Amino acid sequence: MASYIARRLIIMIPTVLIISFISFGIIVLPPGDYLESLVASLEAQGERADQDYIAFLRRSYGLDQPFIVQYWRWFSNMFRGDFGYSFEFRREVSDLIGERMLLTVVISITTILLTTAIAWPIALFSATHKYSFFDYVATFFGFIGVSTPSFLIALVFMFLMGRYFGVSAGGLFSPQYMDAAWSWARVKDLLAHLWVPLFILATGSTAGSIRTIRANMLDELGKPYVITARAKGLTELKVILKYPFRVALNPFFSSVGWMLPGIISGSTILSTVLSLPTAGPLLLRALQTQDMYLAGSFIFLQTILTVIGTLLSDLALAWSDPRVRYGKAGS
Amino acid sequence: MSEETNVSASPAQPNAAMIPLPSAGEEEGMTKAEKSVYLASQWTLIIRRFRKHKLAVWSLGVVVLLYLMAIFCEFLAPYDLSRRFNQYIYQQPQTIRFVRDGRITWPFVYGFKAEVDRATFRRIYTVDTSKVYPIKLFVKGDPYEMWGLWPMDRHLWGVEGEDATAFLLGTDRLGRDSLSRIIHGSRISLSVGLIGLAISFVLGLTIGGASGYIGGVLDEGIQRLIEVLRSFPSLPLWMALAAAMPPRWPPLQVYFGITVVLSLIGWTGLARAVRGKLLALREEDYVMAARISGAGATHIIARHLLPGFMSYIIVSLTLSIPGMILGETSLSFLGLGLRAPVTSWGVLLAEAQNASIVALYPWLLIPGIPVVITVLAFNFMGDGLRDAADPYGR
Repeated sequence: MASYIARRLIIMIPTVLIISFISFGIIVLPPGDYLESLVASLEAQGERADQDYIAFLRRSYGLDQPFIVQYWRWFSNMFRGDFGYSFEFRREVSDLIGERMLLTVVISITTILLTTAIAWPIALFSATHKYSFFDYVATFFGFIGVSTPSFLIALVFMFLMGRYFGVSAGGLFSPQYMDAAWSWARVKDLLAHLWVPLFILATGSTAGSIRTIRANMLDELGKPYVITARAKGLTELKVILKYPFRVALNPFFSSVGWMLPGIISGSTILSTVLSLPTAGPLLLRALQTQDMYLAGSFIFLQTILTVIGTLLSDLALAWSDPRVRYGKAGS
Repeated sequence: MSEETNVSASPAQPNAAMIPLPSAGEEEGMTKAEKSVYLASQWTLIIRRFRKHKLAVWSLGVVVLLYLMAIFCEFLAPYDLSRRFNQYIYQQPQTIRFVRDGRITWPFVYGFKAEVDRATFRRIYTVDTSKVYPIKLFVKGDPYEMWGLWPMDRHLWGVEGEDATAFLLGTDRLGRDSLSRIIHGSRISLSVGLIGLAISFVLGLTIGGASGYIGGVLDEGIQRLIEVLRSFPSLPLWMALAAAMPPRWPPLQVYFGITVVLSLIGWTGLARAVRGKLLALREEDYVMAARISGAGATHIIARHLLPGFMSYIIVSLTLSIPGMILGETSLSFLGLGLRAPVTSWGVLLAEAQNASIVALYPWLLIPGIPVVITVLAFNFMGDGLRDAADPYGR
């Protein structure tokens, strides 16, 4: 097991290098840079751009340097915790990301928990009562959920809630608490707003989970070991939970790592539609305005989290499934 | 989806893995049912199995209809894509009616009367029962060029008259007919998936094939590349690449750019599947037999290996279309994908950008319905194909 982990960690080094290179490449790819679009937008408003200031900015951020020099500067600085400077917000990238991180993490983790709490029981019941009325209903909604763009679900919910319950689903705070310091009243205000986006976010991701777990359960339920367990006289609940359910959760474990990057981008589209102050909309904005260090750091962080997440997934899978542990551990 | 196949498997259906195929001499002794299974070609079996999956067959029908709509969109839509009716901005849908004065008549729509609310400056449309516009077939309407070749002005249906209008799904902020725009949008929305698919297909097949057949260092390198590409989370990567496209590009170029971006991740899955299948099939006895008989590499690949995994490729391709359609819709919705004047369902949905607009004009969400139908149909079809792809298994 230890050598397996060590081998995986060593492979990660070149992967991270390539990923950082591609991330930076994508961000520098569009013609022009932020300063050019800044000058253009200033001139469009009839203001004159201060050429000295622009030249100063260009020099100090090395935008006049060749690609590889810019890349190396960005990459090496990251190890010192310096992710660069956001032109758009005129602040350190690490500050910007850090500020939105708390809410993003809270929302993402609650969504994951909520999704699990909804999806697992439904999937289990659906699979054990195959072709029952409940199963058909669950399957129907599962397919609809998988086939609908997430933002459409959000818009429809917002429309219905606005029309029939008079609840506005946008944002996380009432206007008076928007920029206020943290206080008990602000937390209460947050909780009052939070359930709507949480509900929408969870609905979007539940459908897929239900479908996978149900399909796996059905594959497993017919296997001889289930019959053996029944023959031993175990209660039906114990038979299901102890054997086939554990196997059916394998795809969950192998995809749990993907939730890590999700914590950063956390359903970018939904957050944009619901105007949540999380990290996703910030990434979108950064991409639109060519705010290169902000966007690059976002994509890089996300991809690193995906790589780490995949590793954790594999470990979780090895932990939960002895077949993986004994079959693969040596290789 | 093994449960359906288990249920549908009749006792006469053989299991190739367990029951040895009968030799030529035994053919005489088989029942008719057995003969039709044992002697059928792989494709006959696949089609036969596919037809048992009723939902998949229906979905295939829906997909065919959708593509017919995309092909003949100019003719099917009552109005031109960019025809504006300035006096009918954000008009709610007109309903088709069949009953007038208590009697059933030819389908017609009532016209609308527009008034401006003095407090909010919103236009309010009320049904004007004095204006009756019967819906006619093959009416003369906006001129168009069918496939850019033949100038025509007949539309399948519409209303006739100077100020007759039929906006069955309402109008948008420029007073353009939503239904016509949805029908026109299908051409872009449905073809993005296909072109993206073609790119994924070529990339996946050649790279995966080379990786699996040549092996060695090349295989190792390609596998690492695929791993790196797959470790990028797809939506942020799509967003970044889409944002990287210069805004000055002409619409057509943006369109191809987006399809390339969408297929950039898609091919990796296919390449892996192709490589895996190639590696597995290479060791099969019948390939060995072909090699001993003196067949060359090209012959073995084309005649023996390709038919073996062609069905898997088709399945994996079908299942990757919905992702691309949803991807295009989402990117266009965010404003990173296609932009007006190019019209796709995603571009249309971008009009419904926030809750307040949706609350006022809920019909702007209607372009989402064809997206859901298309993706559902492709998913069901893919499900059916997956069950049918391996007619000898299970």
